[in-house]
Amino acid sequence: MYFKLAWKNIWRNKKRTVIVSASVFFAVILACVMRSAQLGSYSYMIDSAAKMQTGYLQIQGEKFWENRSLDESIQLTSGFQDSLQKINHITSLTPRLEAFALLSKDSITKVSPVIGIDPQKEHNMTELDKKLVSGQYLQSGDQGIIIASGLAKRLKAVLGDSIVLYGSGFHGQIAAAELKITGIVELPLPQMNDAMAFIDLPNAQYIYAAPGRITSLSIMIDNIRNLETVNDAVHGMLTNKLTVMTWDEMMPDLVQSIEMDNASGLIMIGILYMVIAFGVFGTIMMMTAEREKEFGILNSIGMKKQRMIFVSLIESVMISLIGVVFGVLGSIPITAYLKANPIVLSGDSAAAWESLGIEPIMTFSVNPDIYFWQSIIVFVIALFCALYPLLFIGHLKPIQAMRR
Amino acid sequence: MALIELKDISKTYNTTAVPVNALKDINITFEKQEFTAIVGPSGSGKTTMLNILGGLDKPTNGTVIIDNNDITKMKPGNLVDFRLNKIGFVFQAYNLIPVLTALENVEFIMLLQKVSKKERREQAENLLQDVGLGDRMDNRPSQLSGGQQQRVAVARALASKPAFVLADEPTANLDSKSAESLLDMMEEMNKKHNMTFIFSTHDARVIKRARRVVTLEDGMVKEDKINK
Repeated sequence: MYFKLAWKNIWRNKKRTVIVSASVFFAVILACVMRSAQLGSYSYMIDSAAKMQTGYLQIQGEKFWENRSLDESIQLTSGFQDSLQKINHITSLTPRLEAFALLSKDSITKVSPVIGIDPQKEHNMTELDKKLVSGQYLQSGDQGIIIASGLAKRLKAVLGDSIVLYGSGFHGQIAAAELKITGIVELPLPQMNDAMAFIDLPNAQYIYAAPGRITSLSIMIDNIRNLETVNDAVHGMLTNKLTVMTWDEMMPDLVQSIEMDNASGLIMIGILYMVIAFGVFGTIMMMTAEREKEFGILNSIGMKKQRMIFVSLIESVMISLIGVVFGVLGSIPITAYLKANPIVLSGDSAAAWESLGIEPIMTFSVNPDIYFWQSIIVFVIALFCALYPLLFIGHLKPIQAMRR
Repeated sequence: MALIELKDISKTYNTTAVPVNALKDINITFEKQEFTAIVGPSGSGKTTMLNILGGLDKPTNGTVIIDNNDITKMKPGNLVDFRLNKIGFVFQAYNLIPVLTALENVEFIMLLQKVSKKERREQAENLLQDVGLGDRMDNRPSQLSGGQQQRVAVARALASKPAFVLADEPTANLDSKSAESLLDMMEEMNKKHNMTFIFSTHDARVIKRARRVVTLEDGMVKEDKINK
């Protein structure tokens, strides 16, 4: 009956309750869509950056990340790689031998990261083959080179041309080769598209005089939530001179950017909910103050103050929850639609994303946590708003109240 | 042993520059099944006495013994429970909960007493039948006349099975017919349920119907007589 009484009480002034619940409703929708966009984008950014660049984890030589030298390259046995593959949640392992070299075509020379890849495994991780715009994708044993279209333009090279690679190999040996362009890929990020070149891993190992060696083994996992578990498992298998780095250690700019964006988003939502909190608080305050006489009577006839506070608390929670329930129900189809139809960014926003090495697509998340946390926040607001009746009823003097 | 005993009760209000002595050394008892009117001019101390009798206010001096309990020494929380279980209140302005129906208003007091749903529903229906509102149980206060609302208030007061009912000017807002009808009903309840009724009133009709009339003047009992 206390719930029934609270329910009836909140409808004493229908317009007021509808207005407050509507404000909560719109705030929840706005907050859910905002959080969905933020979390969806972060997830996409991380996944996209991990796929295109580092993987979620990378096994490297201990000092490779600082020195970026072939001298820090490593040798991983196939048995070790098989054991890694058996770790739960690992979806792919992609070995790479990465070194900077000079690429020349006629009189033009450019510095380029030339990466030795396992074509099949690279396909599994980066889907490099799908970015091919002309020529053929690398096959195991190929002697050719695939270059990015921006680099091709800078070298004024076309498919079928030969280019010269010149650089430093393992332990200071000279790396030199003439390679035929067998494919041109279009990479989504300008800084990558202007520089990158790929050759078959055994060919790279031969050119760089580093047989059986790689500079990194990128690890992809099924879900970022499992990163910690996988990281621990991989750590447990490492021998001396090997280290494992996580995506956030390898891409600090991305982490910083996400943290800043997340903080600004949370501030926005905080302000939004603060406005809503004062709206609900004002309503509860009015509902309480205008019933002072009634509270006095109820206390006189034997209703304890705690019970009156309890009823007021239920009223506060009910008003807020009406908005939350409809807000969450309303935001689910909106976020689901946006998840299915992500927004392709353009202009400055796109440039900002690209500078982080990410394709400029705003994706949305439908993670249940988003809706759950909105409910929790509004519930906390309702509890906060119940502070007023708590104080008001706590100080109530029935005789004075009944004289009102 | 009297149901209610007021011993050396004084009440002084210090809220104004000059203290006001609302009650001065009152000594009076009320027995079970009384049908008593407390009368007197405005400012004579009727309401103060009723508030002290109802445990809503504390006397400056003296003790109030109700059913062998000294309520002046009770803690506020216990006093609320005491009021719930021992005292029924009827107010001048009815003061029903506007969002609840007549039946729910009567049930509400029993809900506070933690009476089972079935029992309180049954008892509330019986009481509303007794006060002649068997056909208006599902009406809200706003759908009832003043007289009907006051009947619901009486039914609510009786629902908690109190030791006595305090009624503050219960007929003040009623027309003659409704007032007479309410008094008939209260008299009937007094006889049927052996319920003690104590009214504060100005109303001559109530004074005429009361079996005992206590007259206050300047905070003192001026007259205490039995109506014949």
